[in-house]
Amino acid sequence: MPETQGPAGIIVIAQAETPAAPGTLPAVSGVEIAVPPAEAHGGGFPPFDAHTFPSQLIWLAIAFGALYLLMSRVALPRIANILEERHDRVADDLEEAAKLKAESEAAAQAYEQALGSARNKAHGIATETRDKLAAESDAGRKSLEAELAAKLAAAEAQIASTKNAAMANVRGIAVDTASAIVDTLIGAAPAAKSVEEAVDTAIKG
Amino acid sequence: MASGSVIDPIHQFQIIKIVDLGKPGGIELAFTNSAAFMFGIVALVFFFLTFATRGRTLVPGRLQSLAEISYEFVASTVRSTAGNEGMKFFPLVFSLFIFVLVANFVGMVPYAFTVTSHIIVTAALALVVIGTVIIYGFARHGTHFLHLFVPSGVPAFLLPFMVVIEVISFLSRPISLSLRLFANMLAGHIAMKVFAGFIVMMTATGVAGWFGAVLPLAMVIALTALEFLVAALQAYVFAVLTCIYLNDALHPGH
Repeated sequence: MPETQGPAGIIVIAQAETPAAPGTLPAVSGVEIAVPPAEAHGGGFPPFDAHTFPSQLIWLAIAFGALYLLMSRVALPRIANILEERHDRVADDLEEAAKLKAESEAAAQAYEQALGSARNKAHGIATETRDKLAAESDAGRKSLEAELAAKLAAAEAQIASTKNAAMANVRGIAVDTASAIVDTLIGAAPAAKSVEEAVDTAIKG
Repeated sequence: MASGSVIDPIHQFQIIKIVDLGKPGGIELAFTNSAAFMFGIVALVFFFLTFATRGRTLVPGRLQSLAEISYEFVASTVRSTAGNEGMKFFPLVFSLFIFVLVANFVGMVPYAFTVTSHIIVTAALALVVIGTVIIYGFARHGTHFLHLFVPSGVPAFLLPFMVVIEVISFLSRPISLSLRLFANMLAGHIAMKVFAGFIVMMTATGVAGWFGAVLPLAMVIALTALEFLVAALQAYVFAVLTCIYLNDALHPGH
């Protein structure tokens, strides 16, 4: 078996496989690998040692068969179940959420409607109240005005009657005064009738 | 060969007999470290998936999320490449994916055996895929399945060549499927061991070697990260190619 070892312990370099192992392929040539001593590996490169093939094949068949059965019968259905359950649950939850959303939207709409009608109602009440109050105050004002006008008319009538009475008094005083003046001037009282005529003429004139 | 056992990058692939079962029918049989790791992987996957989903909670915890993500990841891969009809192969694709993935990751544990670094294992898995494709293809479509090899819309004089090319490409599928995974795992693990061996050898030479060992150490760290990526990526590639081949069995017409 070709085998060299450098003084500094450089790794062993193998160029070719030993011809002593028929049926085995050469080791990866050109790659730095150490060829093991024949007694260690029973000759040849272990992966190409055909003696081990039957054992490996049988155990692989058993092990891989067992793996396939365990996976297809137990492990994979189990995981598939979990995933399916989650998928269903998520779908259910989404459905539920959509339902709740629709409900809340309906509630919001109803609320909006109630709010709108309440607002309209409030507006109506306000208008009504304002109108009522305006009418009431109008009526009050009118009655007050009428009252005031009546009082004014009464006052005016009183003024007019007072004025007439005063005017009548003025004539009497003028007649008396004129009689007295004439009496004083001529020393003789004039006839009452002529004085009254004179005064009436003066007043009219 | 004392130092040889330290830096021997092939040693990790060795099959060790745990229980020798003799030679029934002239075939050497034994329960080996490889078999132990296979069963370990199966147990790990099964107990993880059942333990993670034990609560069946509506809002998943971390472990349950991981189980669900792995399920949905493979399911969406199957659906996108093979359609809803392909979901009948979902347990197979999932088993292949999770087996390869966990085998690759378990192989990243120091001293652990990498099941997928043995070509007989990857070849067997690839043959399971191709066997499923062929059996299901003929069972479902009969001889119509052979239309897989006859592309439509090809001029008559080109058709024989196209059929030959299609047959070769079909036959090369299990080979490429198994070799890709095997070679990736093998080469990656060897490269890591080689650079890790450099560290051991350099530090053995003294103080100067300690500083020199920084370089292979950085390399090993980078390779470890790369190998984790490769471990996941190869499992995914295996699963996707399985889906693509199964899609051919479902829809053989081009």
